[in-house]
Formats: sequence, structure tokens, C-alpha cells
Amino acid sequence: MDIGWIVDHLDDLAYRTIQHIWLAGIAVVAGFLISLVLAILAVRRRSTYGPILAASDILFTIPSVAVFVALVPITGLTTTTVEVPLVMYTLLIFVRNITAGLDSVPEEVLEAADGMGFTRRRRLWEVEFPLAIPLIVAGLRLASVSTIGLVTVSGILGDNFGGLGYFIFAGYHIGFPTEIYFGAVPSILLAIGADVAFVQLQNRATPWARVAAGRVA
Amino acid sequence: MHATHGSAQPDAPDATPGADTTRATTAGGATVEFQRVTKQYDPGQKGPGAVNDLSLTVPAGKICVLVGPSGCGKTTSLKMVNRLIEPTSGKILIEGRDIAKEDPIQLRRRIGYVIQQVGLFPHLTIGANVAVVPRLLGWDAERQRRRTDELLTLIGLEPDVYRGRYPSQLSGGERQRVGVARALAADPPVMLMDEPFGAVDPIVRERLQNEFLRLQEGLAKTILFVTHDIDEAIKLGDLVAVMQVGGKLAQFGPPEEILTNPASDFVARFVGADRGLKRLSLIHVGDLPLSRPITARAGEDAAEMRQRITSQTDRYLLLLDSDNRPIGWVDRNKLPSSGPLSADPAVPMSPLLDRETTAKDALSMLIAAGVQSGIVVDRQGRVEGIISIADISEQLTTGPAPSPSPAPEPARATG
Repeated sequence: MDIGWIVDHLDDLAYRTIQHIWLAGIAVVAGFLISLVLAILAVRRRSTYGPILAASDILFTIPSVAVFVALVPITGLTTTTVEVPLVMYTLLIFVRNITAGLDSVPEEVLEAADGMGFTRRRRLWEVEFPLAIPLIVAGLRLASVSTIGLVTVSGILGDNFGGLGYFIFAGYHIGFPTEIYFGAVPSILLAIGADVAFVQLQNRATPWARVAAGRVA
Repeated sequence: MHATHGSAQPDAPDATPGADTTRATTAGGATVEFQRVTKQYDPGQKGPGAVNDLSLTVPAGKICVLVGPSGCGKTTSLKMVNRLIEPTSGKILIEGRDIAKEDPIQLRRRIGYVIQQVGLFPHLTIGANVAVVPRLLGWDAERQRRRTDELLTLIGLEPDVYRGRYPSQLSGGERQRVGVARALAADPPVMLMDEPFGAVDPIVRERLQNEFLRLQEGLAKTILFVTHDIDEAIKLGDLVAVMQVGGKLAQFGPPEEILTNPASDFVARFVGADRGLKRLSLIHVGDLPLSRPITARAGEDAAEMRQRITSQTDRYLLLLDSDNRPIGWVDRNKLPSSGPLSADPAVPMSPLLDRETTAKDALSMLIAAGVQSGIVVDRQGRVEGIISIADISEQLTTGPAPSPSPAPEPARATG
């Protein structure tokens, strides 16, 4: 382990970490928004449920390296080329979790909401969506961890991409283990950090779930 | 559409047996009228039960209980009133207005709705749950809060304690009360209640029923109440609509009439062979002649008490606290000869009967407790008198409930 090299490259680490978060963040946000629309459609119109899940399933099975490389002739060496596959892989996770979340809302709660005079829209945002939060956040955790991992693979598209994956590829090419770990360890920490952050977020967003544990009045 | 009527069904669509239909509204309620309402389901379509040519009128401020076996269309009938289900044909009028012409969302905000599983919103506090309809109606925050506190107090849940809790922190009975408060929030003239007490245990149910009757005395809402339990129907209903499978109205009238004069074999069987006994459900113990026990207060002089008791045949005297609430019985043979009376020698209580408890429930409680008599208390827990099994069984032989007329005013505590 070459400590001197590490100290010399801390600026690079900062830059690549920010790039990593940026690339993963765009993918998670975009994937979430697209999936939200698809999931609401799937739940509202049951006939679209099967096709939407099947499509996101198929996308998930395509190997990531293949997609990165296959997109280059179409979109060039751009951020778009990185983001398309990243977003693609979040869809399956998000669509499944958001639909499962919306489906988990108890029937009697929906019936009460309808009977009280909620419109469909207000019922979705004020009743169904909040109650789906635990499963939606589970999806966010999974998607962010997997996306943070996949960003490293985008280093295959050259030095302008890859986030922390840049160090992994560079270290591998010159046979310099210090540089490989210099990329790998922070990317793992980033994934763990994202996971912990979402758990915290969920606790804050669902105060009712905290009091539920262990209370039988 | 088939025009098969139960033999006791009124001929005219707006007829209401035993009720004055010309009276428009009492404070708080609105007339609800079914006019030849039919709901058919297509083959393969699932629904809670068809309804066949249902006509009945619920006068303003009355409780009408729809009762019948499962699949008789009682829940369907209820859900057609707030348009969760649309009728195939026929009309439903509230206060004379055809609900089909109203916006269903606005309609539902003016109708209270309580269901068996309560359906409280688990992610909202009790306060926010109660304020749901006011919020949908756009009330300002201060008015919502005032109303919420008022309703929580009304249903006996201390606002400062319960306002901020979540439904998962409440017992089944508390949740059910909150469900009722939520339905009352915007002060709707009409309430729909679908087996609201079906999911709680029998003791809690009895208490909730009594509370419900007490609330209704003050509120005078028009209430459509669905149950499969004939005892509940008889106890709660000003009017009872017995329905049979296929969505046919078998009989509609005050409970007394259903019990004494069932319109068909079906009704007679549904009401049960013990319908004489069931009439006891129409009588509240508070309305019966109660005997007065010899009472004493803790702290009174025992010598004086002995004097009071020896002149009579009673062996026990009832020890009360300063608010006239019973503490227990004291055997006169165990009274100290002098000095102030303490609460210690009191033996365990007889069953305490709320004055709203029906004679039928009181009878079964006394039998279950293996005692001859119980103490009737008012809603503050103060002693009103003593009722014995003999007093109750006398009601079986002397006939009908102490109801002055066959009008749909079953004997009910006046508070």
C-alpha cells in the first residue's frame, strides 16, 4: 500500500467521488420518476400491470457492459450513454417496489378514503403514497446501492466517466493494487452510506411505524 | 325488474310504517328514501349482494337497521346511499333530492361513513384522522382543531392524550370510537354504519352500543346501520328492515312489531324462536322500576347505620363513596358496633349495570355472574337502584316494552 501515492491523489479522489455521486444520483432520480409514472399506471389500469413489469424485467436481464458499449455508436461518449443503462437497471427495482407499496395499502383504508370523499388524486397522494413509503424506500435503498456499483463499470467508456471506477480501471491496467483499492473501498463506503441515509430518511418519514412496534394498547 | 314484495312491505314506495312521514327534519337529520332501488350484478361480476326493488323511507333523526343473512344486499343498499355502488334502477333521495344528480365526492363529504374494520388512516394521528373530512372541505386549521377536540371529548377520549397518538396505539374499542368521531366530524345529517361493532369483543360491543345510543340522543342523525345480528338490530333500531337473500325486503317496521308480528316464516325464523326473550332487548334497565338498597357512606357512624338496618329485613347495606358511586356490600353482622364506617369490610360488588343496558343483556350478565341482582348506575357511575332477575322476568309476563305507542320510539333511556 503506497501511502505517499494516496496522499498525492486526494484531490482526484474528491473529484471522482463527486462525479460518482452525480452519475448515480441522476440515474436514481430519473429512474424513480419514470418508475413512479409506470407504477401508478400499472396500479390504476390492471391490464398494463403485466406488460410493464415484463418490460422492466427484460431490460434488467441485459448485461451492463454490453449496453454501455452498444450505446456508444448512437449517443457517443456522453453522459447520456452512461445514464441510459443506469436508469434502465433501476426500473425493475422501482416499478416492483412502488407497485407492491401501493398494493399493500389495506382495502378498508381505501374504502374509508372513498367513503369520506377523497378524490382519486388526493387519495393517491395523501393516503396510498404515504402508506407505500416503507416499500418505496426499500426500493430506493436497493436501487441506489446497485447503481453506485454500476457507475464504476461506466469507467469502461474512458477517463471522463466511471466515478471511482476510474481508479479501478487505471490501477488494473498498470498493475497497481493501491489505486484499485483507492477506487473500490470508497465506492463501497458510498453504497453503505446511501443505504444508511435512506433508512434514516424512512424513519423520519414514517413516524407512525416507529410507535407501532411493541404497542398493544 | 321483479316486483316481489315481502308481505309486510308497504304498498306505496314512500310508506313508512309507524312513522310520520310528513315531518321533514329534526335538528341534525335528513330523510333518506329508497324508491324501487334495484342493483343487479352481471354474471361473473363480483359484488356484495344484489338488491331487488327496495323501497323504504327513514325519517329524519331515526336509526334504521338493515339486518339479514350474508348476501341479502344490506351492505349494497348502504353503499348505494353514498354512491360507492350505483343502483341498476330506482332512486335514492336525501331530504327529497335525488343523489344521482349530485357530485359523488361532494355527496360523500356530507355523509358520515363507518365500516367494520374502521379503516383509520394508519399514517395519520388520531387528531388528523378525525379532521379528515373537515380538511377535505377546506376548513381552517383552528376550526379543524376545535372540532377534533370537541369530538374526542364527546366519544370519551381525552384530546390532550389521544390527539397525537397513532391508530396502532389504540385498542380495538378506542379505534372504533375514533371511526365514529371521524364520521361525525363535518356534522353530516346522514350516517352510514356498516357492522361498525362487528369486530370488537362482546363486552366492548355492548358498551359501544350503549355509547352510540347515548350519542344519538343528542345528535339525532339519520342513521342507516347494517348488521347481521338481530339482537343488535332490535337494540339499536328505531326501525328495522329485515332483508333476505336476493335483496328482498322481508319486513320493515319498529322492532316491537318485528318481534310480535313477524310478516313471514323467514322473518320468524330469522328473529328466532326466542323472540319473546328478545323483547327484553327493547327495555333498558334504567327504565324499569328499581328497588332502593339501604345505603351508607364510608365515614358515617356505624352505630347509626346498625340502627337503620335492623329495622329492616335486608341483610346487606350498600356502601357508597362521596359521589354516590358504589364501593361494595357490607354484611350487617359484620358492622362494627360503633365508630366511623370504613370501606374495608365491603365484599365484592354485584355486577354494575349501566342504565342503558338492555334487560336481556342484564339478565345474561346476572346469570353469568351467578347472582340474583345487580346495581344499576347512571353514566357517572352513581347508584340508581337495584334490579333483580325476578324484576326482569316479570317483564316477560307483563308483555310489551314500556313504549307508549307503536311509533318507532323504543323504550330508551332519556338520560
